[in-house]
Amino acid sequence: MEIVYKKSSNFIEAGHSFCPGCSHGIAHNIMMDTIDEMGLAEKAILVYPVGCAANAMTYVKPNVVHAPHGRAPAVATGIKRCAPDKFVVLYQGDGDLAAIGMAETIHMANRGEHVTTIYINNTIYGMTGGQMAPTTMMGQITTTTREGRGLHGEGQPIKMCEMISTLGEPKFVARYALDNAKHVIEARKGIKKAFQMQVEDKGYAFIELLSMCPSNWHLSPKDSVKYMEEEVIKTFPLGVYKEEV
Amino acid sequence: MAYVTIDAVLCKGCQLCTLQCPKELLYLSEEYNQSGYNVVKQKEGDECVACKLCAYMCPEAAITVYK
Amino acid sequence: MNDKLFVKGSEAIAEAAVRAGCRFFAGYPITPQNELPEYMSWRLPEVGGTYVQGESEMASMNMIFGAASTGTRCMTSSSGPGLSLKAESLSCALGSKLPHVMAIMMRGGPGHGIIFPAQQDYEFAVHGPCHGGVKQFILAPSTAQEAVDLTYSSFDIADKYRTGVLILGDGFLANTIENVTFPPMKKLEDLPQHKDWKITEYDPNHHKLITSYFPPEIMEQENIKMGQMYEYWEEHETQYQNYLMDDCEILICAYGSTGRICEEVVDELRNEGLKVGLFRPITLHPFPKKVFEEIDYNRVKLIVSVEMAIPGQLVEDIKNYVARRTRVEHFGRSGGVLINPGEIKEAIHKMVEE
Repeated sequence: MEIVYKKSSNFIEAGHSFCPGCSHGIAHNIMMDTIDEMGLAEKAILVYPVGCAANAMTYVKPNVVHAPHGRAPAVATGIKRCAPDKFVVLYQGDGDLAAIGMAETIHMANRGEHVTTIYINNTIYGMTGGQMAPTTMMGQITTTTREGRGLHGEGQPIKMCEMISTLGEPKFVARYALDNAKHVIEARKGIKKAFQMQVEDKGYAFIELLSMCPSNWHLSPKDSVKYMEEEVIKTFPLGVYKEEV
Repeated sequence: MAYVTIDAVLCKGCQLCTLQCPKELLYLSEEYNQSGYNVVKQKEGDECVACKLCAYMCPEAAITVYK
Repeated sequence: MNDKLFVKGSEAIAEAAVRAGCRFFAGYPITPQNELPEYMSWRLPEVGGTYVQGESEMASMNMIFGAASTGTRCMTSSSGPGLSLKAESLSCALGSKLPHVMAIMMRGGPGHGIIFPAQQDYEFAVHGPCHGGVKQFILAPSTAQEAVDLTYSSFDIADKYRTGVLILGDGFLANTIENVTFPPMKKLEDLPQHKDWKITEYDPNHHKLITSYFPPEIMEQENIKMGQMYEYWEEHETQYQNYLMDDCEILICAYGSTGRICEEVVDELRNEGLKVGLFRPITLHPFPKKVFEEIDYNRVKLIVSVEMAIPGQLVEDIKNYVARRTRVEHFGRSGGVLINPGEIKEAIHKMVEE
């Protein structure tokens, strides 16, 4: 009898500090499993943002830099330029990456820094209690769009993969979902590919992970899966948006 | 023969795993863990094929898969 | 490269930084300091360093945040409005104990200000920019040579205390071309290696985390340590120029370019029979407060803060330290109008007559 899957040894503590059913846990497990598999723990530097995404920063084994809100891409640029032999991963949520950090995100991608972005899009501000995010969908109810987004000049959801893929330098841009095991397996493959690209110094990769936030969607984890399939994936189509490897 | 163990301390009872099991072997039990969550358990028997889908889907990485 | 050059203040600061071991620079174009990033853009690659032009002031400051966390000596530069933009990440960088150096050339008013020489950003730079009560070194050079010497030592200060050093100048310092002599190029292997905290050092049993976010008990301890460090700085790290202060009856307080101008004023007023001296703080933080405890207030009847700032900013600090023990006045020009010795002299004569 052998173990074919167990929790990554890259976590210092047992257990994640996320709500039940939150996709941050799955995203972290994928990230750490891949780091294990590729033997990157020693080289890895994780750049964490502000928001729920940063909850794990105290209990992962690789070294961590906690960037100011939205500025992870600039911080990562400084790190990678000074330590080009290190493996730098940015882990950012939608508010951090697509609202306050939009300029940094676009410009880092445009410089084609040799780092990997893992972008958690759950269409909402999680840590602050469920306000409208740049990715909130039309008609989606949040604590700051009580009648649904779109009625009072909030604009439409920003689609990052579509935007990033218009730039010249990014080499791999793809969107995956974390709502079922089939999608998770695809996401695992995509993340491994992105990590491999950085190891081989092949340029910038941007991975978007559609994620569930049952607490702020006010749905059970099971209903969140349904919501993801019926609403979120329709707004944010899955797939590889750019591949120049 | 294959089976899974579910760390009852880590499980938050979100049931994402139960949706994935092709053999429907996982269920939410009546038992509570120290954090107050109902925990998921695996049915008795030898139907598990160690497909790892439940483990991939578990946000807490509470599932260890044996084969 | 020659050790003696005839260069602008901005370029002098840049070369001094390179010789001090600075190997990463990120900046955003903003007048009156553009010559500094321009110089770095070609000079750093020559010595194996990296120059990045940031997409914004915030991004540049955060690139410094990242570079500093790898233990690399790094620097950014900007002007008064740029300091406003950098402020957010400056607080984070200081709270995360990341050593770095920043050169700020002040502007002449609020908002866009004006690019001509002024000292309107003293208040903001010294007391203002960091939320959370964190502070850093503020050094105010008065000549290009002093800017070179202070920049050269600023990286050591930043490393020693794991803090930031802000070199506060103005358009006059940045753009005046002067003769300067540079100290030797430091060897990178002789610099502190920071193995205990830099994130490029991996130890599976010692997770390295660069952050300014802590649970309450630890945060309080961090703040206590921070306060103790500032007290230590005030005791051991202040610098100022004492120019004929010891027998003076009228004391001029001025820093930076204005301090340089006031040296001449002191000489001329002494020739005219007034016993004038100059106190020129070089460290604006930690401020040499002790000076004001050692003054004989029976002798010093008038203290004049001369600044290129209206309303006066340094004068408010001086009043605070003097604590009503003698008369404190302010004379200033502002908005980019360069102050001249004649009008300072005239103003002091008028104050004496009053």
